[in-house]
Amino acid sequence: MDTLVAQLQRQFRDYTISLYHQGFLDDQFTELKKLQDECSPDFVAEVVSLFFEDCEKLIGNMARALDQTGNVDFSLVGSSVHQLKGSSSSVGAKRVKGLCVTFKECCDSQSFEGCVRCLQQVDIEYKSLKAKLQDLFNLEQQIVQAGGRIPQVDI
Amino acid sequence: MATTSTGDIEKTKSVEVKKKLNVLIVDDDPVIRKLHEIIIKSIGGISQTAKNGEEAVNIHRDGNASFDLILMDKEMPERDGLSATKKLREMKVTSMIIGVTTLADNEEERKAFMEAGLNHCLAKPLSKAKILPLINNLMDA
Repeated sequence: MDTLVAQLQRQFRDYTISLYHQGFLDDQFTELKKLQDECSPDFVAEVVSLFFEDCEKLIGNMARALDQTGNVDFSLVGSSVHQLKGSSSSVGAKRVKGLCVTFKECCDSQSFEGCVRCLQQVDIEYKSLKAKLQDLFNLEQQIVQAGGRIPQVDI
Repeated sequence: MATTSTGDIEKTKSVEVKKKLNVLIVDDDPVIRKLHEIIIKSIGGISQTAKNGEEAVNIHRDGNASFDLILMDKEMPERDGLSATKKLREMKVTSMIIGVTTLADNEEERKAFMEAGLNHCLAKPLSKAKILPLINNLMDA
């Protein structure tokens, strides 16, 4: 019969793999995990937290810029999209990064409807990723509290 | 893990850094600044950050700044990476400058950035694997 630790570790492994297979995360997230060590034990959580703060700020900027009916500064929107694409790429937020590519194209072609649609999708996607990573970090905590080690997951 | 005389050679896990690096990280994105800080720390270096090219230039104005390496983002408000690199070279800054570009940048844009005075260009996202061989090769040169 599996111990609690073994069950939690299996759950953690399965959940991590599903996040990659469903396209939420890519190899860059694996690179972040590799940088985490005893000198920087909370590094991934810190960077991810910064990323979600960045998302909120940039999405707010884009929403305000798109709210200027008839006078939208698409280059301003594009600049925020560019920044979001950079930060999402750096943390391995694959779906958010992908949406930013489409969003940038809408900015470049000055498609208001396209930009509004992309903004809505980016908002949904980053919130979804935030919830999933919170679940992942919670699983890590449970494993540690149960006296186990967080397993290395090969994708 | 072996440590020899202060400051010269450190071994960090299985990765050897031939000299302790002092790095200036220039990027307007706090996520990327944090990531690059940790990468530099993981290879035994120390770092300072600047939020844009203008801050990077201001850090050098009194002539006392001494960085082995500057990681320079390209697109930044106030002063972009190209302009900051040109200005730093005009100020006779001899640090290695590695430009950090995106995959969206085309060949002409990369070339213009290189011609501003970079030693090398890397595409985001940076990783330890990408940067370490480059730093060691450049330090050997």
